[in-house]
Amino acid sequence: MNEFSILIGGRAGDGIDKAGLVIAYMLNRLGYYLYIYHDYPSIIRGGHTFSIIRASEEKVFTHADSVDVILAINKETVELHLKRLKPVSVIVYEPKTIGDALTSLRPDQKALAVPVATIIKEEDAPPVTGNSVMIGALAKVLGIKWLVLEEVFRRKLPKATDKNLNVARRGYDQAETCFHTNDLDQDGLPLLTGNEALGLGLVKGGINTYIAYPMTPTSNVLHFMAANADNFGLKVIHPESEIGVILMALGCAYTGEHVAVGTSGGGFCLMTEGFSLSAMAELPIVVVLGQRPGPSTGLPTYSSQTELHFALNAGQGEFTRFVVAPGDSEESYLWAQRALAAAAKYRIPVIILVDKNVCEGVCSFDASSLDAVAVPELPVPEGKITFKINSYEHDENGITTEDPGITKAMQDKRLAKTKELAEELDGYNQVGVYGNRKSPTAILCWGSNKGVCVEAARSLDLKVIQPIVMSPFPLKQFKKAMTGVEKLIAVENNATGQMAKLITEHGFNADRSLLKYDGRPFSVDELESKLTTIAKGHNP
Amino acid sequence: MIPKELSTNTTNTWCPGCGNFAILNAAKSVLAALSNEGYSLSDTVLVSGIGCHAKIVDYINVNSFYSIHGRATPAAEGIKIGNPELTVVGFAGDGDAYGEGLEHLLFAAKRNINITMIIHDNRVYGLTTGQYTPTSPLGYKGRSTPKGSAELPFNPIELMLAGGATYVARGYSHGLELLKKLFREAILHKGFSVIDVLQVCATYFNEYDYYTERVYELKDHDATDYEAAWRRAGEWDYNGDAPIALGLIYRKAAPCFDASFKKTGGKTPDRTEAINRFLSDNK
Repeated sequence: MNEFSILIGGRAGDGIDKAGLVIAYMLNRLGYYLYIYHDYPSIIRGGHTFSIIRASEEKVFTHADSVDVILAINKETVELHLKRLKPVSVIVYEPKTIGDALTSLRPDQKALAVPVATIIKEEDAPPVTGNSVMIGALAKVLGIKWLVLEEVFRRKLPKATDKNLNVARRGYDQAETCFHTNDLDQDGLPLLTGNEALGLGLVKGGINTYIAYPMTPTSNVLHFMAANADNFGLKVIHPESEIGVILMALGCAYTGEHVAVGTSGGGFCLMTEGFSLSAMAELPIVVVLGQRPGPSTGLPTYSSQTELHFALNAGQGEFTRFVVAPGDSEESYLWAQRALAAAAKYRIPVIILVDKNVCEGVCSFDASSLDAVAVPELPVPEGKITFKINSYEHDENGITTEDPGITKAMQDKRLAKTKELAEELDGYNQVGVYGNRKSPTAILCWGSNKGVCVEAARSLDLKVIQPIVMSPFPLKQFKKAMTGVEKLIAVENNATGQMAKLITEHGFNADRSLLKYDGRPFSVDELESKLTTIAKGHNP
Repeated sequence: MIPKELSTNTTNTWCPGCGNFAILNAAKSVLAALSNEGYSLSDTVLVSGIGCHAKIVDYINVNSFYSIHGRATPAAEGIKIGNPELTVVGFAGDGDAYGEGLEHLLFAAKRNINITMIIHDNRVYGLTTGQYTPTSPLGYKGRSTPKGSAELPFNPIELMLAGGATYVARGYSHGLELLKKLFREAILHKGFSVIDVLQVCATYFNEYDYYTERVYELKDHDATDYEAAWRRAGEWDYNGDAPIALGLIYRKAAPCFDASFKKTGGKTPDRTEAINRFLSDNK
C-alpha cells in the first residue's frame, strides 16, 4: 500500500496515545512518512480517545477520515468509527466486549476477532498491554515481519518489554495477513510533535530560559523543555500565573537573556499587560500562543484558529509586533529561531501563533532543507552604563517623561521598527505557494490548515496560498502569490473568517469561505469533497 | 561615594512631607555604603511597580526596571533568575504589592528567592487620589468607599510569615536609622526579604500622630523564633489600637530558589549535538 490509515481507539487513560506512537514507529522503521492525529477529551480517565495513524510513501501533513484498519478494544470505538472503514478494510476487535456491533460490515470489510482479555489473562500481563496485543495483530494484518515489531518494542517500550512482546506475539499469531506493506528500505525520519519541533527551534535559536504556566495545547512545550533542560543548558520555570510568567520573562530579558513563554488564549489574556510592557520597555519576548476553541475555556483539547486578530491587536497602545503562524513542524522549528532573532534584534514582542494540530500532531520531521539563522546578542546591564527601563513613556535614559516632543519621538522610534522588520523579513519566504501555480482558483489558508490544503490541492489541481507572517503583513509577497488568481477560497477553522478579514485590510477579498469550527480539524478527504463542490461551481 | 552621588537630575514630585523621602534617603545611603564596601552598584538592579513609591527608581542613578502596577515582584524575580549574580531590590506600594500583586509577593516568599522587597505601606492609594487599600483600616473613607470601607485590613507581616519569607521586618518613615539598618540587613540576607515600611501619606492619610504614639523598636526579641515572630506579628492588626513593633520580626536561613541557576551565556556549545541526539532517539 502506498498510503494507508489505522485507527486505534479506547478509553482515555488506556494508553491509546502511546500505542499510536508505537504503531507509527513500526511504520517509520519501514521508511514511511507519518502523521498522527490524536483526539482526546479534557479528562484524565474515561471518555473516548483515539489516534489515527496515517502512513504514506510521500510526506503527509494531516489525517484522513477513512481508514484501512481499525483496532477496537471496546464497543465505543466500533460504534463511533465503523463508518470510517474503507470498502476494503479490516477491523480487529475484542469479541468479548464488542459482541454484535459488527453486523453492518460490507463483504470486503473483514472482521478479525482477537480475544485480548483472554490473552493478557493467560500471559499474566497488565491491562494496558491489551494495546500490544492489538499492535501484534496489526503487524500481521499489514504483513509486517515479526522482527520489525520486536525491534521497535525493544526500543520504544523499555518497561516490561518481554511481557508486551509475549502478548503481541499472541495477537500476531491470532491474526491473518490482509495487506502487503512495503519495506521502503529507507531511514525513517524522527517523529515529533509540533511542540517538540517548536521547542527544538527555540533551543537552536539560543533560548536561555523558557517560562510557562501549563495550558493545552502548549503544555507539552513546557514538559519537553523541562525534561531536556539539562541537555540543552536552559532554565525552565513554572510560576504562579501567566502574569507571573510574562513579567518574570521580561525580568530575564532585562538581564540579556533570550526568553520565550508558552500559553493558550486564556493565558494570553492575562499576559497582555506584560506584552504591551515588552513593547514600551523594549524588552524582547517570544510568546508561543496555542489556539483552541473559545470563547473562554471552550474546548481545551481541541483545535481552532480563532486568535489571529487577538494576536494582532493584544495589548494597550500602538506598537510593532511580529506575529508568525507556522503551518507545520518544520516551519515551527525554523520560525522559532527567527522569532528569537527578531525579538532580540528589534527588541519587540513576538507571537508564534500555533494551534492544537500544529502543537500536538505528530509527524515525520525533516529539518534537512531548513537553513539556520543567526541570533544577535543582547545588550547586558553591566559595566559603567546605567540601564534603566520603564513602562512609562521615558526619555533615552529611561527616565519617566510626559514631554510632548519626547513622547512623539519615542513613539516614532518604536513604530519605525515595523518597517525595518518588514524589510528584513522580505528576505524570507513569508507566503507559501503550493500546488498548481497556474490555477485560477486558489485556496487561502494559514497555520495548521497548510498541510490539509496542500494535499487537497494536489488531487484537485488547485493553487494554495499560505501567509506565514501575519504582522507585519507581507504585502509584496502576498500580491505576487495572488497573481493570476480569479477565485480565492478561504479555508479556516473559525466561524468568522479571520484570515479573509485580514486580507481585506490589505485590499484583497476571498470569494468564498470554507469554515469549520466544531473543534475538529479538516481531514484531507473531507476537505477534498467540500472543495470539489465549491471549486467546480461557476457562480461563487 | 556619598549618597548624593546616586541622585539623578529628575525633579522630585512627591508631596512635601511624604514618607517616601525617608525610604529614598535610606536606600541611597545603604547603596552608597555598600558601594564603598566593595559591592558593585553596576550589579545592582532596582525594581518598582506603579504608584507614588515607584518614582523612586527615577531618583536613584542605578540600573532599574520601572515595572507595571502589581508586578514589581515577578520582574524582580525574573532579573534574579536571569542573572543570579545581580543584587535585586524591589520597591512596591501597598496597593501594588498587597492588592494587585499579592499573588506574586506570596509566591516569591514561598520560593525564598534571594531578592529584597521594600513595601511603601501608606495604607492609601496616593497617585489615584485617595482610595482604600488592602491595609487601610475598617471604615476608611476614601473616594471609592465614601461610607467607609467594609473590610478589615490584611496584616502583611502575618501574610509574609505564612508565605515563607525568610526575612520579615517593619519600619517607619519617621525612623531613618532603623530603615537603613533594616534595608542593609535585608539586602545582605540570603533569601526573600520583605520590609513593610509604615509610610505617611501627607496628603491622603496622614497617620503621623497615630504611629508616633504607638511605635516601639523591638528589643530582646529572638527573630529566629518562629512562634515569637507570630506573636509580634499579631500584636497590631493594622486596624485596632495596639503597640506597633518596629524592627526585624523574623529571620531564617533556608535554601534559595535561585541557588540552582547559573548565568547562561547564549548558546551552550553542545546544543547541536543534544538536538541531534533527541532527533535520532525519536526515529
